[in-house]
Amino acid sequence: MRAPLFSNGQTARAMFSYCTDPSTLEGLSWLSCYLTTGKHMAFYQSFGIVLVLLAITAPVALMFGFAGATAARSRIWPISLLGKSYTAIVRGVPDIAFFMFFVIALDQGFEYLRHKVKCSDWSEPVRQGNDFVVCAQAKLPLSTSPQWVHETYGFALAVLTFAIVFGAFAANVLFGAMKAVPRAQLETAEAYGMSTRQTFWRIMVPQMWVYALPGLSNLWMILIKATPLLFLLGVEDIVYWARELGATKSAKFTDFPHGNWNAYYFGGLLVFYLLLTSISERVYKRLSLRLSHGQATAAGEAQRKAAT
Amino acid sequence: MSCVQTIQDYAFRSIGLGERLLPREDYTLCEQFTLIGSGMIWNIYFGLVAILFGFFAATGLAIAKNSGSAKLRKPAEFFIYIFRGSPLFIQMFFAYAVFLSIKQSVPGFSLLTSAWLGAAIVLFLNTTAYSAEIFYGALQSIPKGDLEAADAYGITGWTRFKRIVWPSMMRLAWPAYTNEAIFLFHATALVYFSGFPVWQQRGDALYYASYFADKTFNPFVPYPILAFYFILLTLAVITIFGRIGKHLNRHLPQAVLRRPSFMRTLFR
Repeated sequence: MRAPLFSNGQTARAMFSYCTDPSTLEGLSWLSCYLTTGKHMAFYQSFGIVLVLLAITAPVALMFGFAGATAARSRIWPISLLGKSYTAIVRGVPDIAFFMFFVIALDQGFEYLRHKVKCSDWSEPVRQGNDFVVCAQAKLPLSTSPQWVHETYGFALAVLTFAIVFGAFAANVLFGAMKAVPRAQLETAEAYGMSTRQTFWRIMVPQMWVYALPGLSNLWMILIKATPLLFLLGVEDIVYWARELGATKSAKFTDFPHGNWNAYYFGGLLVFYLLLTSISERVYKRLSLRLSHGQATAAGEAQRKAAT
Repeated sequence: MSCVQTIQDYAFRSIGLGERLLPREDYTLCEQFTLIGSGMIWNIYFGLVAILFGFFAATGLAIAKNSGSAKLRKPAEFFIYIFRGSPLFIQMFFAYAVFLSIKQSVPGFSLLTSAWLGAAIVLFLNTTAYSAEIFYGALQSIPKGDLEAADAYGITGWTRFKRIVWPSMMRLAWPAYTNEAIFLFHATALVYFSGFPVWQQRGDALYYASYFADKTFNPFVPYPILAFYFILLTLAVITIFGRIGKHLNRHLPQAVLRRPSFMRTLFR
């Protein structure tokens, strides 16, 4: 069986040789042993989960947003209505409510579909009173599958949920950016005989990013600040581990007894997020400088003047 | 049990009035509507308290950030950076942990760990930072002519602020501030999921919604009800803030006041 992907692959093995009997240690050496226990290693790994989530969610949400914005612009009204209501509904309600809703709803939706395909001979209803019953083959993940499949599935559901919610925000930003591309640019393209499709992909899409960037960077910040909500979706993320490690530990259950250290752990998380957002801000400034290059905007014009 | 009876029992359940026990089985639509609505009392309470106090604190903070003296500017910038740069969710956990240790070491601070005070303080500080940034942006974009006119008339100091700077600042900041208010009301749903304990099952709307979703294993009823209440709340905020915004802009030529379409204001 493969090692668990996200949970603590805990071993009793200590990192330093002097850590075998922590009760004799003091000061720095105690701290160095304490901070390298198996659980702490899992805690450090969970920072990776946050970064992985950001790395996967951002492009997926952007794709959802692009699809939503294009749908909202469509001339066929059912499609445009679909695109518009997607953005409207998600944005009108607290995101936390959506997270809690989608994780169960998506899970049940997938299981229901598999149930329909795999056990089409079942006659009983899926909802029986307060239970949601599907046949054993339709369960997701299968009850026989190893632990890491369960954890990966949970994480994938979380990513999909984030992508749906943030896709709606991104759709709104991209919709505005598409409208902000100067009409003259599109008219010129039409005058050159480009088809609607060509105009969209060759003229509008390359130019819309500079208008979308402030909104998208804002969204990225909101996304960063939404990542701790993973905790509510049942993923063993940094909040989970901070709570686990910060809680009061008595000597009966651990080699490293301590009082309630939640404040230190959450203080650490606070610093982590502050770093993440300040780095993002710096990257954004550089990116906007790059994207403004050669654009028909005030920032682009300022660069042109500075160069000559 | 009739629906009227349910409403009588549970309408104020979230603040501890009426029936003590939550429904155990055969959850009716009426019960879900009533209890989730009862939870909204907390969301409205947290939102109102934070906005009311946050508004004045944010005005002061924005002026501090705009001031020439580094002694005033630096702390204001730092405060805003901390609260805007980190997730509210983590701030809540952190604050609860800090409040807990304050409570244990200093007597007389036991109320801090209860949500109605502790979470309200965190929300207040958070919205202060966000609103201060909005107000600061507005301060920066007050028309130059307004200030020159004030100087020309010899208006200075407090009068200049009260008569010239502040009204313009409000007028410019108002659309963004409306957004912040909506976001704040949405953020109140976090309170009971971020460290602050629920006492005697008196929670907010999301608490009851997730309670029903857990018990019935059917998210398709309680969460849409929650969404319905929040959209109502958002509409109310937009209406009230829209009225105030109109009042702030009343001296401007009316043609400038272009009303954004209804759906756009609702969902930003």
